[in-house]
Amino acid sequence: MSTTFIEGSIAVAKTVAVSRPHVISAYPITPQTHIVEHLSELVANGELKSEFVNVESEHSAASVVLGSSATGARTYTATTSQGFLLMIEVLFNIAGMRLPVVMTCVNRAVSAPINIWNDQQDSMTARDSGWIQLYAEDNQEASDMHLQAFKIAENKDIMLPVMVCMDGFVLTHSFDPVELISQEQVDKFLPPFKPEYYLTPKNPLTFGTLVGPDGYMETRYFIEKTMHASLQVISDVAADFHNQFGRFQGGLIDTYKVEDASLVLVAMGSIIGTIKDIVDELRAKGQKVGVLKVRSYRPFPKDEIYKALNHVKEIAVLEKAVSLGYGGILVNEIKSVFYGKPKTPKINGFILGLGGRDITVDTIHQTIKETVKASSEEKFIGLNEALIGGK
Amino acid sequence: MTTTTLAAPKEQSCQTLLASGHTACTGCGEALAAKLVLGAAGPNIIVTDATGCLEVFTTRFPQSSWEVPFIHSLFENSAAVASGVEVALKALGRQNEAKVIAQGGDGGTADIGLQALSGMLERGHDILYVCYDNEAYMNTGVQRSGLTPFDCMTTTSPCGELSWGNKHNKKDMPSIAAAHGIPYVATASVAFPKDIENKVKKALSITGPKYMQIHSPCPLGWRSNPQLTIKVAKLAVQTGLYPVFEMENGKVTKVRKITTPKTPVEEYLKIQGRFAHLFKSPKGKEEIQKIQEIADRNIEKYGLA
Amino acid sequence: MRLDLGAIAKAGTSKANQTGGWRNFKPIFHQKKCNSCDLCRIYCPEGCVTMIEKKKYTVDYAYCKGCGICAEECSSSDIEMVVEEK
Repeated sequence: MSTTFIEGSIAVAKTVAVSRPHVISAYPITPQTHIVEHLSELVANGELKSEFVNVESEHSAASVVLGSSATGARTYTATTSQGFLLMIEVLFNIAGMRLPVVMTCVNRAVSAPINIWNDQQDSMTARDSGWIQLYAEDNQEASDMHLQAFKIAENKDIMLPVMVCMDGFVLTHSFDPVELISQEQVDKFLPPFKPEYYLTPKNPLTFGTLVGPDGYMETRYFIEKTMHASLQVISDVAADFHNQFGRFQGGLIDTYKVEDASLVLVAMGSIIGTIKDIVDELRAKGQKVGVLKVRSYRPFPKDEIYKALNHVKEIAVLEKAVSLGYGGILVNEIKSVFYGKPKTPKINGFILGLGGRDITVDTIHQTIKETVKASSEEKFIGLNEALIGGK
Repeated sequence: MTTTTLAAPKEQSCQTLLASGHTACTGCGEALAAKLVLGAAGPNIIVTDATGCLEVFTTRFPQSSWEVPFIHSLFENSAAVASGVEVALKALGRQNEAKVIAQGGDGGTADIGLQALSGMLERGHDILYVCYDNEAYMNTGVQRSGLTPFDCMTTTSPCGELSWGNKHNKKDMPSIAAAHGIPYVATASVAFPKDIENKVKKALSITGPKYMQIHSPCPLGWRSNPQLTIKVAKLAVQTGLYPVFEMENGKVTKVRKITTPKTPVEEYLKIQGRFAHLFKSPKGKEEIQKIQEIADRNIEKYGLA
Repeated sequence: MRLDLGAIAKAGTSKANQTGGWRNFKPIFHQKKCNSCDLCRIYCPEGCVTMIEKKKYTVDYAYCKGCGICAEECSSSDIEMVVEEK
């Protein structure tokens, strides 16, 4: 293992490469491009023995990896934003067919208006698709998560696709020291992909059947059941990874100074790093604050979150997505964790950072102040008052 | 042009590779076409299919009519899924295990699946794409597609005071496919099974992307007698309305000649309810004349006479 | 078959679905003028016509939907469609 000062995208690409994918297919879209450019370079130089398929759309990128995965290949794709939305039809299909594809969703805002900067509205639209969704805090985690993703997806009791979500530009284009894992180490961690069923004349099976009212509901039940089973597998794989590589970024969730906290900020992705700095600052002043990182968003680790937060008085949920016509998404799922429990903390939701809007130290301070002062509410934070007429 | 050999074929069983018990309509041309394609290709293949009649009538869980490995994903991605299958076989060192055949109906091929098909053809995958052309969206109830012929009545191109049915000419898919610079393009008809067999075998002997379009009557959508499926298909070819030819490396190299004197298009049109409106008024004669001109142009263009 | 793993089905299992019940007309293979042209077998969309020996074909009524293509295309007019008695 060696520490390299490296761009996030390149770190991810290098980790995907040592995971030995047989087939990679992608369509270019900012800010996903550096990942797939680097993978195609590795293939072009003979450093990576994979089939790299340049397709004419994200729909086909997802369809190519679907076909490859069903043929028994380990597969990878990456996209973001509009490309992600174009893929969605296929994403549901991949999950429904129980194909362990791994993809990176570089998180970016969705159009209109067109905006290439970071938020998490894209991946949130596919939260019901049957993909396991993991959100990375930093480039070390983003990189390590990909290796874990293959192991989770291909577990014979899981066989569900895994999406690693990493914030566009904030992570993909930033240079950080990242410990890269060697091929030899990866081969010890990740066994070759050997699916039980795949397309072959030796056992001519039919994939993608038509299932009527007599069986469709059960297919959804099986995926839901498997999602619950994957809670354990995600934790186990994170623990295996910890044992072998000495790094632990959390399994389903990660907590920072939560044990004795009275106020906890909950979030996903790169914002966690900023929040940790603020927590340290406030702790130094004697305030009992902490952070809970939702690392696995699907499956949603209700029990783990409850266990970690049942003692706190106030929760502020910070999210870079919005369900238009409803409000915050994560905040309502956090609220549901406490439904029917004896003690319910005050839970406030904050929508921030949409379309790349800066999330400053002040923004986060403001969420804490609002949470302490107000009763439970959800609001946009960091709006430009001049643009909305002071309303 | 190079050829690759498959692993030794299994002994051909007397049963077809498309098993009985499928739920295609009585006299379905597409079921027949698929049976013939599989019969010619043999068991060492992997097939993909677009959403549509063929997929619906062969894969109602827990049953399947496919005796070969089969995958259906979505409506518009049969060619892309097949691309994935083909590269996976290569990446896994299993390329001698099976040839890849992608399938779709006319809508799944020429309309919603055209982009994915174009990508597959342009990337040079070693895949035979077969379009079963029954000239409308039959699975959803006979709506117009890009391959519906001129003046044909469908549920979304009905005839009426202001309409003779489909206003547009049939999209020239074989030329679109050929324009990708692929080595082999062919059209065929269920009326000529030996021709289908020869073309499938020839296509599979060529490395690279191949496109084949098979005219497959749909008694339900064409409002024709199921018993006449072969007759109808034959007349489409004999009138010149469905030219049957081969194109190699962009050039037409072989055509099925029509019998002379040429058969007037009325013979083909009058046995199908989808053209019945053309026979109900004197003005319809002018429309039939337009269809005759389409046939005549085909006869000239492909040298069918 | 694995409903729990993407609804994978086994090959050729549609044979359990006997479509013969759809039939309104039934092909009778007289076996008198048959010249083994094979068209009845080749053209059958159900794949349910089999050659037993030269000039002798049989139809599997468990699957035959009675489309009549075999009778229509028979080159020696040796197949007759009769009303199915139910």
